[in-house]
Amino acid sequence: MPIVKTLIRAMLLLCLAAAGVARADMTIEIVGGGANRHAIAVLPFQNETTQVREALTPIIRNDLLLTGAFRMVDPASAANPAFEPAQINYPAWRGAGAQSLAIGKVEAAGGQVKISFRLFDAAQQKQLTSGEFTVTPERSREVAHTIADMIYEAITGQKGIFNTRISYVLKSGRDYLLQVADMDGRGAQTILRSKEPIISPAWSPDGGKIAYVSFEAKKPVVWVQNLVTGQRHIVANFKGSNSAPAWSPDGRQLAVVLTTSGTSQIYVIDANGGGARRVTHSNAIDTEPAWSPDGSQLYFVSDRAGGPQIYVQPVAGGSARRLSWDGSYNVSPKVSPDGRTLSYIRRAAGQFRVVVQDLASGDNRVLSSGAYNERPSFAPNSRMVLFASDEGGKSVLYAATPDGSSKVRLAVINGDVQDPAWGPFNRP
Amino acid sequence: MNLKHLLIGTATVALLAACSSTKPLETAAPTENGSAGAGQSATLPADTGAAGQGTVAVDPLKDPNSPLSKRSVYFDFDSSAVKQSEQQTVANHAEYLKGHPNRKVVIQGNTDARGSREYNLGLGQRRAESVKNAMQVIGVKENQLEAVSFGKEKPKATGNTEADYAQNRRADIAYDGE
Repeated sequence: MPIVKTLIRAMLLLCLAAAGVARADMTIEIVGGGANRHAIAVLPFQNETTQVREALTPIIRNDLLLTGAFRMVDPASAANPAFEPAQINYPAWRGAGAQSLAIGKVEAAGGQVKISFRLFDAAQQKQLTSGEFTVTPERSREVAHTIADMIYEAITGQKGIFNTRISYVLKSGRDYLLQVADMDGRGAQTILRSKEPIISPAWSPDGGKIAYVSFEAKKPVVWVQNLVTGQRHIVANFKGSNSAPAWSPDGRQLAVVLTTSGTSQIYVIDANGGGARRVTHSNAIDTEPAWSPDGSQLYFVSDRAGGPQIYVQPVAGGSARRLSWDGSYNVSPKVSPDGRTLSYIRRAAGQFRVVVQDLASGDNRVLSSGAYNERPSFAPNSRMVLFASDEGGKSVLYAATPDGSSKVRLAVINGDVQDPAWGPFNRP
Repeated sequence: MNLKHLLIGTATVALLAACSSTKPLETAAPTENGSAGAGQSATLPADTGAAGQGTVAVDPLKDPNSPLSKRSVYFDFDSSAVKQSEQQTVANHAEYLKGHPNRKVVIQGNTDARGSREYNLGLGQRRAESVKNAMQVIGVKENQLEAVSFGKEKPKATGNTEADYAQNRRADIAYDGE
């Protein structure tokens, strides 16, 4: 009996330790930025330190900085703080180098708060965009991300990604934690914990489900888990190994890798788990399928010509075309949501590098600087690539612009962050 | 003895469930106190019988002196061929399975090194299939065999020396209930 009691105490301690890890936020660090960045001044919003849970403008500045497309002009550059358009001293802001500036305020509105902002062009002295949000004070972070999205879109013409999420596997001690976090690494939540490996998380296009491979049954099996209800079900558990899930753009089907033919081949199955149709027919390893945005093609890895290389083939069937020609080992392809760029991992001189390749011209460049990187995936606006990187035995995440000009590092203090996947614009 | 074991097991499972109830889902209890325990208790009567009388044959799968205690098949770098030195291990298990058509094995392929997790899963599968094919050639029925892969996810040796890598270029033969 004392043994049992000690064990219970030990288990409780373990629980607490694990819960601590699960809650721990990631640290974020911006590593370098591009030359042609837009200079913006984001002035502190009126009452933002007293009326809401988290001040908005530090979050907005951080969001804009991590895209590599912005440079911050110190809000103290002009003498007068401005909360209203009439208070803006345009010559002073232009003198400080600002191309645009954002102002805003927080006002009490019953039990809620009204958060409003305006963005102005400093040269034209013209309003570019504005917004007003009446929410509970707890939701200031979400509003800050939305304001950053609106500023980003007004300046660059591209949709912002600051309300999107990422998924990854956190390896902590002997535990594998499948986690979902905001794209800036905040608000991490564990959606599955296991003593056995979890790999290859993949977001459904509606942002409501994640497919992944779990080894809990002592073999790789493909599961789908609903992020709202927490319920999960098996979608592929055939004899042999089941892996590499990838959602079709309409969310109805999954490409998976099965080994029922005696080698790893790509199949398409119903997202609920029905009927498997074989797509590739080789005696080689065909794996890591990725759908083209229009759902007509599958990009994948095959070692049919010796080493692993990237190929593309119609989902309906037909011959495969090879896309990677530099190096003897090219793996883990992902297509940008705009369909223009391919990113993958190339092994060269013993190093595993992230490559981005223009699909039209075939031109490609190495994006990462570290010696060991894995599993690139694109932000839903195609403007950043997320990948895992080994730094002295510890695995962290990087988000980089495809031109390599800007990089953001995401890390967890006590654990390895591996197998990342950037989620879609949609949220359930 | 058995009861205490069971009690601890139950307490552990209940506690694990308790901590998971905060939010994240949890996969089934860890193999150490879960399914492996169940498998051992199922074969326990045969073991105690043998120890008591001496005339009853020891289960060769439990006998550390049996050639069947060797459960790993090792491979060369970048190869899935069952090499000469490993063929006897494969043959020993194949003969046992032919004589015990009710027994089943899962052959678990593993890889060394780095690289794509999914491509390594494919390479480990190729090794497992290679052992499976060799057993079928010797006459084992297909329904007794399942080839699966752990890729690079469950290394036996975690170091970065050539000896570590060699340890991980491996397929393990796991009998049902183990």
